[in-house]
Amino acid sequence: MATLAFIVADGIIYASWLLIVAVGMTLVYGVMRVLNVAHGSLYALGAYTAATMVGAWFQRGYAPLGSLALLLAAALVVGLVMGLILELGLLRFLHGRDEVVVVLATYATFLILEDVIQLIWGVEARPAPQPYSLLGTTSVGPLLLNNYDLALIALALLIGGLSWWGLTRTISGKLLLAVIFDREMAEACGINVRRVFLVTFLIGSVLGALGGASTAPMISVSRGLGVDVIVLAFAVVVVGGLGSIPGALLGATVIGLSRAAAVHLLPQAEVFAIYLIMTLVLIVRPYGLLGHERLRKV
Amino acid sequence: MRAPDRTVVALVMAFVVLVAAGFFLPSWAVSLLVVSLARGIVALGLMVQFRSGLVSFGQALFFAVGGYAVGLIALKLRVTDVILLPLVGVAAATLLGVALGFLMRRYREIFFAMLSLGFSMLFYGLLVKTETLGSTDGFNVPTPTVFGLRLSVLATRTLLYDLTVASAVGVALGVHWYLGTILGRLDTALRDNEVRVEYLGYAPARVIHVQYVLGAALAGGAGALTALAVGHIDPSMAYWTTSGELVFVTILSGTGSVIAPFLGSLVFGLIQTFALQYAPSIWQMILGVALLAIILYFPGGLWSALERSRVRA
Repeated sequence: MATLAFIVADGIIYASWLLIVAVGMTLVYGVMRVLNVAHGSLYALGAYTAATMVGAWFQRGYAPLGSLALLLAAALVVGLVMGLILELGLLRFLHGRDEVVVVLATYATFLILEDVIQLIWGVEARPAPQPYSLLGTTSVGPLLLNNYDLALIALALLIGGLSWWGLTRTISGKLLLAVIFDREMAEACGINVRRVFLVTFLIGSVLGALGGASTAPMISVSRGLGVDVIVLAFAVVVVGGLGSIPGALLGATVIGLSRAAAVHLLPQAEVFAIYLIMTLVLIVRPYGLLGHERLRKV
Repeated sequence: MRAPDRTVVALVMAFVVLVAAGFFLPSWAVSLLVVSLARGIVALGLMVQFRSGLVSFGQALFFAVGGYAVGLIALKLRVTDVILLPLVGVAAATLLGVALGFLMRRYREIFFAMLSLGFSMLFYGLLVKTETLGSTDGFNVPTPTVFGLRLSVLATRTLLYDLTVASAVGVALGVHWYLGTILGRLDTALRDNEVRVEYLGYAPARVIHVQYVLGAALAGGAGALTALAVGHIDPSMAYWTTSGELVFVTILSGTGSVIAPFLGSLVFGLIQTFALQYAPSIWQMILGVALLAIILYFPGGLWSALERSRVRA
């Protein structure tokens, strides 16, 4: 019974983290048909920036609670700056190319950013653990939960809810849906597709950076951070259905819970379990749990 | 009399030159060539798929299966024959390719890439946690023997080099012939319009299955050769970054000729060797910039750049 509680708690925390990372990726894919490998670099950049800023904040002895706002600020700055650079400097020139070629272009960007990150921050780890212990703990039955983790769950739910609300209940969201559904038709109706793309990519980038920034206090930020995150995010996005935001929520939950189950019940299967689910879903439902089949055109 | 096929002539000449050069080249160049040619063999398989518009983001699966098959057979069954071992790698990867091909052939575009990625990461997850296979450290592959004889280090290296050169030229000739057959010519047709290929009376799924198995066999053989040449295998052989490198080489090379993947792989190997030596902190950046430049300015890869300069001259 206690094990089950641990699995559920761990699983939900892990799922929240996965959702924050993956939702930006699926949004960008849904709108722009760009499966962004460099999303992992945005994650890493967000984590490094946040860790550095938090370190400086505590060194100066400012109010500790302010460091939480600092994490958000770091994500915003990194996401906006990098988003602008990537979309205006690269992706704009690749519209209309094969999806797979665009994946490779973002893979190239990922390679470049890996070295940029190393040039800026070097090879040592950047721990910034202070915010993690800031909020205290809550005990629920046998569990002792860190309130930071609970805040992470709340943040994930907030992001999921906001994206759902934004997409289905606002005018700009409906314009976005029109672009997702049929880009050419939307353009013909007078929607400025370029601007929609830019805004979408900026939102996606900020979310990627936010994933990193919010994780920075929980881990020791070090080399190779982005590499593992990419395939995990791929797994979530593919399980849920490429481009589907409710799908990302479902995918994150499924993968989060099964990883937690594997960690507690069969530790050898930790990595295996995630990709087993991804592969099985692809085999049974190639378009993901909530994805739509694509029509074949002659 | 028909004019001789220029690709065949070039390949035969390359074979003679490379084997002869093997006696003079310094050892670092020999290792570089072995690894590059082996990687070129994998890229050749990827190239055939890429001609149909399919990109496998998990070719490292077969590469690693080939390597681990060799390692296991050599370690557990004490089979160390230098000819037999690569064939074991090919056989293991081919069997797996035939089996997985029944699934893969139903997938296209990004879904093909993702499912192949999934399979390779599954295998990676398996290897990382298997302690009898050394987990993340992997294990050393015993030195290969010839007809039961153990040769000197130098002779073994030369032998592996000649074997790799022969395999590379052999599979290049084979694939060159395959691309000239009707089956081989269907690949670009599939890329352009699959439905019309069906109307012509061909089964796209079967074409893709054949290509997939071909790619698997080539990657398995290359993995086996790499394992023997390097003398060590570890799970990173199956990780997605290895697949990424292999796809990188394919894009870098272009699909213009069966020679292209080997040239591209050699260029990749040279960049890697020299960048790691002189600018280790920016070598990934160099790769990234090169890949972007190819995608943006030379969609046909290095080969198209070569051809373009030849037309101008």
